[in-house]
Amino acid sequence: MKLSKIVIAATVVVAGAASLSTSALAQAKEQFFPLLSYRTGPYAPNGTPWANGKQDYLKMINARDGGINGVKLTFEECETGYATDRGVECYERLKSKPGVALFDPQATGITFALTEKAPVDKIPLMTLGYGLSVAQDGMAFKWNFPLMGSYWTGADILIQHIGKGLGGMDKLKGKKIALVYHDSPFGKEPIPLLQERSKMHGFELQMLPVTAPGVEQKATWLQVRQSRPDYVLLWGWGVMNSTALKEAQATGFPREKMYGVWWAGAEPDVRDVGEGAKGYHALALNGSGTQPKVIQDILKNVHDKGQGTGPKDEVGSVLYTRGVIIQMLGVEGVRRAQERFGKGKVMTGEQVRWGLENLALDQKKLDAMGFNGVMRPLSTSCADHMGSTWARVQTWDGKKWDIGADWYQADEQILKPMVKAGSEKYMSDKKLTRRDTADCQS
Amino acid sequence: MFYRENGQFKTSYRADQQIFPIAQDRIALALLLAVAFLVVPMLASDYFYRAILIPLVIMSMAALGVNILVGYCGQISLGSGAFMAVGAYGAFNFFVRFPGMPLIPALILGGLCATFFGILFGLPSLRVKGLYLAVATLAAQFFSDWMFLRIKWFTNNSDSGSVSVNNLQVLGMSIDSAVSKYLFCLTLLVIVALLAKNLVRGAIGREWMAIRDMDVAAAVIGIRPMYAKLSAFAVSSFIIGMAGALWAFVHLSAWEPAAFSVEISFRLLFMVIIGGMGSIMGAFFGATFIVVLPIFLNQFLPALAGLFGFEISTAAVSHAELMIFGALIVWFLIVEPHGLAKLWSIGKQKLRLWPFPH
Repeated sequence: MKLSKIVIAATVVVAGAASLSTSALAQAKEQFFPLLSYRTGPYAPNGTPWANGKQDYLKMINARDGGINGVKLTFEECETGYATDRGVECYERLKSKPGVALFDPQATGITFALTEKAPVDKIPLMTLGYGLSVAQDGMAFKWNFPLMGSYWTGADILIQHIGKGLGGMDKLKGKKIALVYHDSPFGKEPIPLLQERSKMHGFELQMLPVTAPGVEQKATWLQVRQSRPDYVLLWGWGVMNSTALKEAQATGFPREKMYGVWWAGAEPDVRDVGEGAKGYHALALNGSGTQPKVIQDILKNVHDKGQGTGPKDEVGSVLYTRGVIIQMLGVEGVRRAQERFGKGKVMTGEQVRWGLENLALDQKKLDAMGFNGVMRPLSTSCADHMGSTWARVQTWDGKKWDIGADWYQADEQILKPMVKAGSEKYMSDKKLTRRDTADCQS
Repeated sequence: MFYRENGQFKTSYRADQQIFPIAQDRIALALLLAVAFLVVPMLASDYFYRAILIPLVIMSMAALGVNILVGYCGQISLGSGAFMAVGAYGAFNFFVRFPGMPLIPALILGGLCATFFGILFGLPSLRVKGLYLAVATLAAQFFSDWMFLRIKWFTNNSDSGSVSVNNLQVLGMSIDSAVSKYLFCLTLLVIVALLAKNLVRGAIGREWMAIRDMDVAAAVIGIRPMYAKLSAFAVSSFIIGMAGALWAFVHLSAWEPAAFSVEISFRLLFMVIIGGMGSIMGAFFGATFIVVLPIFLNQFLPALAGLFGFEISTAAVSHAELMIFGALIVWFLIVEPHGLAKLWSIGKQKLRLWPFPH
C-alpha cells in the first residue's frame, strides 16, 4: 500500500463529507413534495408504476394549471428499496427542504418508524390504503392519514364479499378461511379484524405466514393442500403475489377461491402468471385504464411532450392510477389549506395537515378533476382521517382486470370500536392525551 | 518528524501499561474526542445527526462487539443481527413492563439478555469451527427472526409485531433532540470502546487471540477453550445487544423484527472484514465505510451527473450505488486484505520514518 493511495482514500472521504453538507438553496413560492419510492429490490415491479404515477401527476399540475393557485410544485425522489433505515434516512434528508408538504412513506415499516417522528417535525404522513389501521382515529393520530382505507377495511370488505357470494353472512359458519400473508407488520395488520369477524360469523381462520420477500412458499401451500380451506385471502406485495398464484396453480387450489388485498391486485402480480391466474379476485381500491380524463390530461400534458416518467404504455395501470390518486389527494390537501391560510402561498406541514383533515371531494368535484370512475367521493374530518372506506372486487380474466359493479363499504359497527380500542391502547402506552375539539381548528 | 517516540521513556510499570503509550496518540485521541463532543454539536445539521452520525456511532458499537468475537477470538458469527434484536427486544420488555424503568438500566438489561442468548448459541463453538460455526450462528439469526415474529409476548402483544418507545430520559434529561441522542450514544460508545480496548490487551484478550491463532496450541499451554470461547461470545453479544437496543430505542424508536434481519448480520461482518479484523480501530473504520458510503454515493452520483449536464434516475443511482459499493469492497480486499485498520497502521509506520525512510 503506497502513501499515495491513502491520500486518494482520504480525499474521497473529505469530498464526501463536503458534498453531504451542501445545503439546499432557498426557493420561493414552491411547494415541495418529497417522494419516497423503491424502484429497486424485490418490490420494484410494484413500486415503480406507483412512483411514476405520483411524479406524473405533479408534472401535469405544473404543466396544465401552472401549479396550485400559482404555487409551483417541486419534488425530489429518494430511493428506499423498501428498507426502513434507508426510508428514515430519506425522510431526514428531505424533511428540511423549504416548502415540504407531506410524506407518503410507501411502506408499512417506514410508516411505523415515521409515525414517531412526524409529530415532532409537524409533517403529515399520508398512507393511502396501507399503514396503521388505528390511525383512522384522527383524535389520537394527529399526523397520520390512512386515506381511502386501511387493512382492516380491506379485510372487512373481502369477508363481506365472500359472505355475499355464499348468499348471506350466516352461511360463513363452519367455513375455513386461510390467510396467506407477508410475514411483516404489513401482512399482520388485518389479523385482528379477521379474528373479530370469525368470532361473529363462526368461520375458522387459518394463518399461514410467508417469510419476506415471499419467493419461498412451498411449505405454505403444502399446508393449504393439507387443510383444504374454502377460501384463501392473499396479503402479499411484490414478487410474493405472482409466486402465490403459481403455487396455487401447482397445488391445484382453485384461483376463483383466492382473494387478494388491493396490493395484490395490479398488473405486475398476475401478468406473468397469465392464464394460470384466471379467476383470481382482488380488491380494487381504484379504477384503472386510460379513459379517465385525468389520465388523458397526463398523457397530453406530460407524456406527449416527452416529459413522462416511465414507459407510456404503463400509464393508467392499477398502481400507476393509485399513485395519481395519492398525489391528487396531496395536492388537494394543499389547495384546501390555501383556501384557509391564503391562496398563492406556500403552505407549511401544519397547514397542509389542516387541509388534509378538511378534504371534501364530492362527485361533482371529482368529475371536474377528471376522476370520474376512478374513486368514490371522499371527505375527511378531524376525527376521521380515512374519509372513505369504499372498494370493489375485481377479477382477473387471464388478460385484464374486470372490476365488479358492486361497491362495498367496511362495516362501521365493527371497525369503530376496534379503532377506538386500538388508539386508546396506543395513547395509554405512550402516555399521550387525546386532542380536544379546539385543537381541530388549529 | 512529528510522529516519533524518541525521548519518551517509560520509567514505571504504570507508564508502560498505558492504553496509549505514545504521547502523540494520546494528544490525537484527546483532540478527536474534543471534536466529537464539542465541535461536532456546533456544526452538524439535523440531517447529519439523524441520518449519519447517530447510525454511525451505534453501528460502530455493534461492529466493535462483532470484532471481539470474529476478529479477536476467531469465531465467525453470522448471528450478530440476532444479538442486536435480542438486545433491543429485551430492553424493550424491561422498559415497558416495569413502570418507571430508567433508560440506562433497561439498555444494560437488554445487553444481558443478549449475553445469555449469545452464550447459548455460542455453545456449538465448542465443537465446530470456522465455516461450520458461521452456519450454526446463522441459526441464531433465523431463530430470533422466528421468535420475535411469532411469540407475541416479546412484542408486548402488539398485533402487527411492530413496537415503539418514547419519552426517553436519562437522569431527568430528555433524549429527544438529535444532539442529545448523538451525545448519549457517543458517551456509551466511548465507555464501551475503552472497556473493550482494555479487555483485549489484558489476559482475557490474549486468551482469545491464542484461541484464534491456534486453539490446540492454546489448550496445550493451559488456556481453557470453553472459558475463552464462551467469554468472547458473552462479551461480544453484550456489546452487540446494547448497540441493538440503542439502534431500536434511539435511532428508529419504532421497529419491527425485519429491522434486525440477516442482512444486518452480513453488514456487521463486512464492517469487521473491511475495517480490519482484530482491531478496535477497525470497527470504527468499517462502520464508517458501510454506513456512510452508500448514502454518500446516493447523493454524490446525481451531483456528479449534474456536473456533466445529464440527469440520472433514482433507480439508476441505486443500482450504481450497489455496483460501486461492491466493486470498492472487492478492491479493498484485494489491495489490503487486512482492512482499513491495516492501512492506518501502515500510515503510522510511514510517519515514524518520515522524512527519512530506509
